[in-house]
Amino acid sequence: MSDMEFIKGNEAIAMGAIEAGCRFYFGYPITPQNDIPEYMARHLPEVGGTFIQAESEIASINMLLGAGATGARAMTSSSSPGISLKQEGISYMCGSQIPGVIVNMSRSGPGLGGISPSQGDYFQATRGGGHGDYRTIVLAPHSVQENYDLTMRAFDLADKYRNPVVLLGDALLGQMKEPLRKKKYKEKEFPKNWVMSGAKGRKPRLLKSLYLSEGELTEHNWMLYKKYQRMKREIRYEAQLLDDAFLVVVGFGSVARILKTSVQMAREKDMKVGLFRPITLFPFPYAALEKVSLAVRNFMAVELNTGQMVEDIKLAVGHKKNQVDFYGRPPGSIPSPDELFWEIKKVYKKRVG
Amino acid sequence: MVKIRQARCKGCGLCVISCPKQLLKVSPKINRAGYPVVQIDDVESCTGCALCAEMCPDVVISVFI
Amino acid sequence: MKHVFKRPKALIDVAFHFCPGCHHGIIHRLVAECIDKYGLMKETIGVASVGCSVFLYDYINVDVVEAPHGRAAAVATGVKRSRPGNFVFTYQGDGDLAAIGTAEIIHAANRGEHITVIFVNNTVFGMTGGQMAPTTMVGQETTTTPFGRDPDMNGFPIRMAELLGDLPGTTFVARTAVNNPKNLMRAKKLLRKAFEVQINNEGFGFIEFLSACPTNWKISPERAAKRVQEEMIPYFPLGVFKEGRE
Repeated sequence: MSDMEFIKGNEAIAMGAIEAGCRFYFGYPITPQNDIPEYMARHLPEVGGTFIQAESEIASINMLLGAGATGARAMTSSSSPGISLKQEGISYMCGSQIPGVIVNMSRSGPGLGGISPSQGDYFQATRGGGHGDYRTIVLAPHSVQENYDLTMRAFDLADKYRNPVVLLGDALLGQMKEPLRKKKYKEKEFPKNWVMSGAKGRKPRLLKSLYLSEGELTEHNWMLYKKYQRMKREIRYEAQLLDDAFLVVVGFGSVARILKTSVQMAREKDMKVGLFRPITLFPFPYAALEKVSLAVRNFMAVELNTGQMVEDIKLAVGHKKNQVDFYGRPPGSIPSPDELFWEIKKVYKKRVG
Repeated sequence: MVKIRQARCKGCGLCVISCPKQLLKVSPKINRAGYPVVQIDDVESCTGCALCAEMCPDVVISVFI
Repeated sequence: MKHVFKRPKALIDVAFHFCPGCHHGIIHRLVAECIDKYGLMKETIGVASVGCSVFLYDYINVDVVEAPHGRAAAVATGVKRSRPGNFVFTYQGDGDLAAIGTAEIIHAANRGEHITVIFVNNTVFGMTGGQMAPTTMVGQETTTTPFGRDPDMNGFPIRMAELLGDLPGTTFVARTAVNNPKNLMRAKKLLRKAFEVQINNEGFGFIEFLSACPTNWKISPERAAKRVQEEMIPYFPLGVFKEGRE
């Protein structure tokens, strides 16, 4: 049953969202993700959904908070600077345990930066750019198909954990076109005993993040912490050619798909290179990577930034952190498979011989 | 007739200035919260207009007629 | 004897944290009276804001969701669009609505969201200790205008009711006060109108309450009520600025 279509990355995200039951979208135009609100504007009404172009990214994250508070499946999308604006709202959603999906099709920063692909928002996404002790699940697709699949998964995870989930893509993943196989979403049940719906036949409910009494907020924070620990069961990653590898290249998102070709090129030259691709950036696959490091001595992080995920890799491999090399390409130019192959070759020569 | 819930009174005096017959006054008595409380001496003259109760920011006054 | 004035059911029986003579207590009670009158206690979703009114949920017996400072109108938009059958209101002070929340209130009003916005204007930032607000009057001393508000430095106080009344998307916009019994009775009527506009699916309702802040104005509750009448009303006139959609 082939349901394949040639689809733009951004649109695949919007399609996945609607398929997963998203009926509310609030957003604001920003390059390179405008296909998402435009798709939603055209297609949400077809399924009885509501599209609002809000006055700002701040307004849209707060509309998401409101709709999420009523138990609706809702989404917002933006790109780097707009995501910066949403940080306070995300912190509030985590504090009040309100679900929602936030899509960041990263562009280049800092500041106005540029519109080319980058991975400079890794820290912002995984550490949380807002205030307080909170985490959001972060999913990093590397293809149009994954844009679609992981968006659907994002809604389930948001409802399962009553937490915002961030889908971290970039301009490349948003703008490229690839064949997409659409899927039928399987509906799941999630408890709704906390939603705002009017206090009929029950006591009124309260969704808040303010806790002023002695010890209350301490307890609340530990409760959230335990929830974030439970999220570890959602860790996903892709590993290729690890069994005999002397050097494992680690990358996520758009750069990972380029690396797949570069690693193939390395194998053709008899270099024993493998690839490890985290799919959940939070929770990060520390344990899996640590396990790899028991057999493999050398790692190489490749990112479209000046060094962010490499810190998590070093944390994962612990005492082998000095055997983690880094090749960074801050935004402004996309590396070709050739270029990355040469960088891999350099490191391989240095570390393996 | 008015009933004054003195425990909740904050002695703000808005009821005092609202009573068209000036029947309310802030007394020297202090409640547990530390506020001087309002009292009515001449309850008989109260017409139950409830302006005092309407103006009270702390819902201290109940009115009966 | 007939009990002719008592606490509304929608007002939870706890002491208010507000200062003596603050008008928030009166306005909270008026809101609760309307919820009772129209039988909305089981339908209402309130959106709490940040300021002295942050504890709305401790006082009004309905579902309440907390909004970040200034964003209540956007949160209310999300709530009402998702649950149009529920009665949705926000309750915001002059810092929350007219400073940090200006964009959100103008656009929610402009879109004609079917929500009811209760705006409490006391010309200062109360909760944080009496700093200048967008509605602080020229010459008024606050902790950040110790020499009196100077329009050359800080501009003029903003008249939100007039501003919103001008937007074609709004349905009911009014300004009222509760500083004396006469104004309070008028205020009750206007608040009911603001509620009815949402109940009858007519659109966006906004009601600005001029209010007193004896603590930060550093005067007695009685003099504060007088200040509303003598200083605020001449600049912020009471009345209806919009009634009915175009």
